[in-house]
Amino acid sequence: MEKTATLPFKGTKEQEAKLMEVIAEHKGQKGATIPVLHKAQEIYGYLPIEVQTMIAEGLDVPLAEIYGVVTFYTQFSLNPKGEYQIGVCLGTACYVKGSGDILEEIKEILKIDVGECTPDGKFSLEATRCVGACGLAPVVTINDDVYGRLNKGEIGAILAKY
Amino acid sequence: MDMVRAHVLCCGGTGCTSSGCEAIIKEMETQLAANGLEKEIKVIKTGCFGLCALGPVMIVYPEGCFYSRVQVGDVKEIVEEHLLKGRIVKRLLYQETIEEDNIKSLNEVDFYKKQMRIALRNCGVIDPENIDEYIAFDGYKALGKCLTEMTSEEVIEEIKKSGLRGRGGGGFPTGLKWQFAAAQVNEQKYVCCNADEGDPGAFMDRSILEGDPHAVIEAMAIAGYAIGANQGYVYIRAEYPIAVKRLQIAIDQAKEYGLLGNNIFGTDFSFDLEIRLGAGAFVCGEETALMTSIEGKRGEPRPRPPFPAVKGLWERPTILNNVETYANIPQIINNGADWFTTIGTEKSKGTKVFALGGKINNTGLVEVPMGTTLREIVEEIGGGIPNGKKFKAAQTGGPSGGCIPAHLMDTPIDYDSLMAIGSMMGSGGLIVMDEDNCMVDIAKFFLEFTVDESCGKCTPCRIGTRRLLELLTKITDGKGTMEDIDKLEELCYSIKESSLCGLGQTAPNPVLSTLKYFREEYEAHVRDKVCPAGVCKALSKYIIDPEKCKGCSLCARQCPVNAISGEIRSPFVIDQDKCIKCGACMSGCKFGAIYKK
Repeated sequence: MEKTATLPFKGTKEQEAKLMEVIAEHKGQKGATIPVLHKAQEIYGYLPIEVQTMIAEGLDVPLAEIYGVVTFYTQFSLNPKGEYQIGVCLGTACYVKGSGDILEEIKEILKIDVGECTPDGKFSLEATRCVGACGLAPVVTINDDVYGRLNKGEIGAILAKY
Repeated sequence: MDMVRAHVLCCGGTGCTSSGCEAIIKEMETQLAANGLEKEIKVIKTGCFGLCALGPVMIVYPEGCFYSRVQVGDVKEIVEEHLLKGRIVKRLLYQETIEEDNIKSLNEVDFYKKQMRIALRNCGVIDPENIDEYIAFDGYKALGKCLTEMTSEEVIEEIKKSGLRGRGGGGFPTGLKWQFAAAQVNEQKYVCCNADEGDPGAFMDRSILEGDPHAVIEAMAIAGYAIGANQGYVYIRAEYPIAVKRLQIAIDQAKEYGLLGNNIFGTDFSFDLEIRLGAGAFVCGEETALMTSIEGKRGEPRPRPPFPAVKGLWERPTILNNVETYANIPQIINNGADWFTTIGTEKSKGTKVFALGGKINNTGLVEVPMGTTLREIVEEIGGGIPNGKKFKAAQTGGPSGGCIPAHLMDTPIDYDSLMAIGSMMGSGGLIVMDEDNCMVDIAKFFLEFTVDESCGKCTPCRIGTRRLLELLTKITDGKGTMEDIDKLEELCYSIKESSLCGLGQTAPNPVLSTLKYFREEYEAHVRDKVCPAGVCKALSKYIIDPEKCKGCSLCARQCPVNAISGEIRSPFVIDQDKCIKCGACMSGCKFGAIYKK
């Protein structure tokens, strides 16, 4: 189930100007919705209803269609992400090497579930699809840092670094 | 080009990037400059070498030294000893390449010996961000040959004759697909490339795009010429940032060189290419769903017919091929269909790339002729199972495939043999499992995936897979009945027969194949309430061996729920009612006295 955003929307004028630029660039193009949503998520970090409304109006597409696309694809998020985004790879190679246990451990430590953000906005947790670093399985990513060949019990120390 | 006396090839694939190759390349450049060698020695960031388990890796030519698991701190030594003084740093060499006092060529190492590289030909050899290196390796020669010496019918005929079949999973003959699209009369047709590699544990397509993006561009232009299309789209996962970046660089360079755009090679053929990013939906690997997604909508599949070759993207005739399929095309044109048909088996020609992962020593990317047996891949190329464990099964085809048990390890790997034993070629993920993996749990893992990824358009898939998962969960929780196993099987067949697209039609395969080969494991869960592999938590028990326990009390102190009690220096016991099966006691015990049953 998708949760509604817990934090109020705080978009800036600069972000809006950037978004309008992106919309102007793609308007009238065939199949523009998904590229625009990708760029909008880059600008805002997530896609709250306010941003979706701007895109719907800008591209002259019904809001329902935009919302339909946003909720269909897992990469698009209705919730803000934490300052540090943790991704636990649940690809098969990682799974058979125990990444499921590591995910449980992180949930336990941070007291959040997959798709949630800690109340202080510091960490958010995702169970990701194969990140392609199967040689390093099991793999956890925190923003751009990659931690591989993890064993149970090591993750606490890694989280403490942030 | 400047003459240099040595080349340092550093793997810049995702695996090695994750283990820190960027910092190593930077340090290499710094160290070379510090020693005044920057003009004599060239550092090249290549695509994947294949041996991801040993990353970060680098090869130094002309000697062909293969350094593995290189750390930033090692770089100075490599530069000062090897590159400056010519003394090879033996401690960093991949052990397999050392033979007495000589270095063995990489091609003689077990991992590479049985491989044959067609699709991966340039991966780990050229700089993927430099079109000149691709051209120097016969790049765009095939496109030139097609445009200036062959008619589009001849191109299709050549591909048909080669026997090439789709490498994305289905195995449909590529030439035939092209012929259908070519036969359509329409002023606008499209060529699409499926780079939405969604199978968990598969990374072949990504490695090709990262290591040799021009091969795919060249092949798509050839396809465009063959069917009469002037526009192509590459649909690629947004989770693959390195591949996206290199492909974009390659497209820009090809445009600059006039190899994409108007009047290519001075002919009246024009072809343009665009990248479309996926957004994380597994179903978009299905051809009609992928096209709906490029159109900017929810990526739901459409009923076929009409097939995409008749009505595809924006209702125009469209062909869609997978990355690896495309990577074979320039080779077939350059070397001829007759050459290609000498490789592989009767009905499966050429090679197949596999992403070897899981419980195997040499994790990585391998390309073998069709017909190679699973045993050769696992035991010889893959170097066997780590920690002396026993091989239990190999999973091919991801969530659409099945598990191959040990007694079928000598099955030759090709489309038809795999189908006959209840698995499928799939896109090429090959995950090895040992005795510690529970097959019911693996089936459940794949069903969790499909339930998550089912788009919801058709009922058998949306609701059926969920019911399958519930039954599997019931069994792994120790609450299953023997009737549940029968129900599970029956439901699998209904879903297979009635789902709209490939996702639903193949989703029950992991359950069916594990039921077929590991039924006793299902029955153990149900009848004996035991998980033989000790994976399913609800069914496992931690037990202290009184013979080995020294009574140190460490486990009791580590237990988060105080389930362990006893007196110092006499054996401790675990209260099974209190135990939450976290395993903290077992991993902490210094005497190996705690085991799981």
